[in-house]
Amino acid sequence: MTEAIMRRRVGPGRFQMKSENLIYPVLAFLLVFFILPIAWFFIKSALDYEGNFAAMLLETFTSPLFITVAWKTIWISLLVTLFALAAAYPIAYSLTRSSSFTFTLIIICVIVPYFTSIIVRTYSWMIILGTKGIINEFLIYVGVIDKPLNLMYNMVGVVIGMTYVLLPYFVLTLFATMKSIDVWLLQAGRSMGASNFYVFRKVFFPLSMPGIVSGFLIVYILAAGFFVTPALMGGPNDVMMAMLIQRNIEVTLDWPLASALSLFLLVVTLIIYAFYCKYTDMDKMLGK
Amino acid sequence: MVAEFVNRRGSIRFRNITKKYGDLTVVDGIDLDIKPGEFFSLLGPSGSGKTTTLMMLAGFAVPDAGQIMLDDRDISRLSPQERNLGMVFQNYALFPHMSVLENVMFPLKVRKFSSKDCLERAQWAIDLVRLSKFSKRLPKELSGGQQQRVALARAVVFHPEVVLMDEPLGALDKNLRYQMQMEIKELQRKLNMTVVFVTHDQEEAMNMSDRIAIMNNGRIEQLGAPKEVYESPRNVFAAGFLGEANILDFEDLHANFRRHMGLNPGECLFIRPERVVLAASSEVPADRPRLGGEVLNVSFLGNIVRYQIQLSETVRIYADSTNLSDAQAFSVGDRVSVGWKRPEDIRIIHHD
Repeated sequence: MTEAIMRRRVGPGRFQMKSENLIYPVLAFLLVFFILPIAWFFIKSALDYEGNFAAMLLETFTSPLFITVAWKTIWISLLVTLFALAAAYPIAYSLTRSSSFTFTLIIICVIVPYFTSIIVRTYSWMIILGTKGIINEFLIYVGVIDKPLNLMYNMVGVVIGMTYVLLPYFVLTLFATMKSIDVWLLQAGRSMGASNFYVFRKVFFPLSMPGIVSGFLIVYILAAGFFVTPALMGGPNDVMMAMLIQRNIEVTLDWPLASALSLFLLVVTLIIYAFYCKYTDMDKMLGK
Repeated sequence: MVAEFVNRRGSIRFRNITKKYGDLTVVDGIDLDIKPGEFFSLLGPSGSGKTTTLMMLAGFAVPDAGQIMLDDRDISRLSPQERNLGMVFQNYALFPHMSVLENVMFPLKVRKFSSKDCLERAQWAIDLVRLSKFSKRLPKELSGGQQQRVALARAVVFHPEVVLMDEPLGALDKNLRYQMQMEIKELQRKLNMTVVFVTHDQEEAMNMSDRIAIMNNGRIEQLGAPKEVYESPRNVFAAGFLGEANILDFEDLHANFRRHMGLNPGECLFIRPERVVLAASSEVPADRPRLGGEVLNVSFLGNIVRYQIQLSETVRIYADSTNLSDAQAFSVGDRVSVGWKRPEDIRIIHHD
């Protein structure tokens, strides 16, 4: 009896579904909770605005405040991405070389913070970098400096904090690429007389380039929209785009302006994403 | 005349080379002397230690004991960079981001040749493997055989005295393999280089090598020219690994026959299928030592016909006869007697 039912159920046609169809629930979710709210937000801002919305947009995008914040956002994101690359590359490389024990150890060090609340992590940095923080106390104790360095509430703090938070994304992206580089290519290079550094420069590094490009774009996109870390670790001058948007929504209640700024951030992100799609092989990353 | 061109460099000597991984002895104290300009094959099943032996020669593995000499230089503990050997890897190991030309120029650039020199020498090597038309292509745009030839050009472009090859033809189909075997052999003769070739394919080893070392369990079972090893294997393993072999254990044979052959306990008789001569039972001269049996199976393999003969309940042997019109044909169920032409066709060998 049960057998007969089961046979009927698994029979051809009944549950056959193209795997592409599985994306529809996700698309529906994004439509309801992301695209519609944003669209509604834009439309409402435009309708509520008394006067010429287009003129307002033009005025916003040419205002000195906007230009300063936009440049700051672009510049800080760039610095953060470069530092994250510099820190992530050796970590990812050592991951490809290490035994299972050290591999697990490094992965834990990289991943566990990733699962910890970003606010907790940012506050931890404040303990380390503050004027009475560990680094300053140590440097004064050793006698390198007399007065504490300003490592917090300025751009230094923002860059350090954001680099740390975004590091795992870069490490994992790079690792995925590096792991796919055939070890025998490096052996072959050595057997032909090349020094380890030469092999790295001419073989390993060029082959890790796709990982660098995709990691760079992912981290840059994330950095450009960052809010918590710059808000907590930055100074009054270190206003990034996301903070400006938050201020306009919650403090000055200027929703049309906030909407215009979000539009800018979204467009920048989409442009970078377009680069990402063009220069990284999506099929390869999906393992096809 | 030919002797004048013989390269005096490129000799390799292994002395008591041992390699262990944990408790497992992978290579067990082997001694080897490879002559300059020789095509030398290490042949064995997987796990026999042939690849590890090659890796120790290349410098990717360090021996736990023993000495490897390249001419008068002890290279046992040198890094791969310092050994100046050419190498062709199992999966070619071509640099995927470099064109054919760039791949072949790699060892030259490492050696800091001028860019003009690099280009000329690389062109020479690419011409040698007949890939001039493809020098701008990336490896992935080439067929398997072409990739193989790029790997070959890259290995010989800097004129190493010794070129190592680790199962380089394993990924190619059968026809292409044979063609590449001939090309590699021709290249080796033309450039007069020593080649150490690792393979598990016995036909490949016989076709290409001046000498073969048959390896098993980290030891060399037998070493010699292909014909010599094929015709007089030292033990059952060597007999079975190189070519097809009929092995008849002492216990398998009738007492009269044992006595006639002078076979002692622990020994066996060995005869190649193509040396087995079949005759219809009645035709056999009475003075010949004889084994009799029944045809169990006939396989037509194109150039040969392979008979499977049941000698007794547990003992079967193979007999190959060339597919010539004048050869006598048998069919399943025929009674035949089994013999051989010359006394040296059948040998007494030991289990190890």
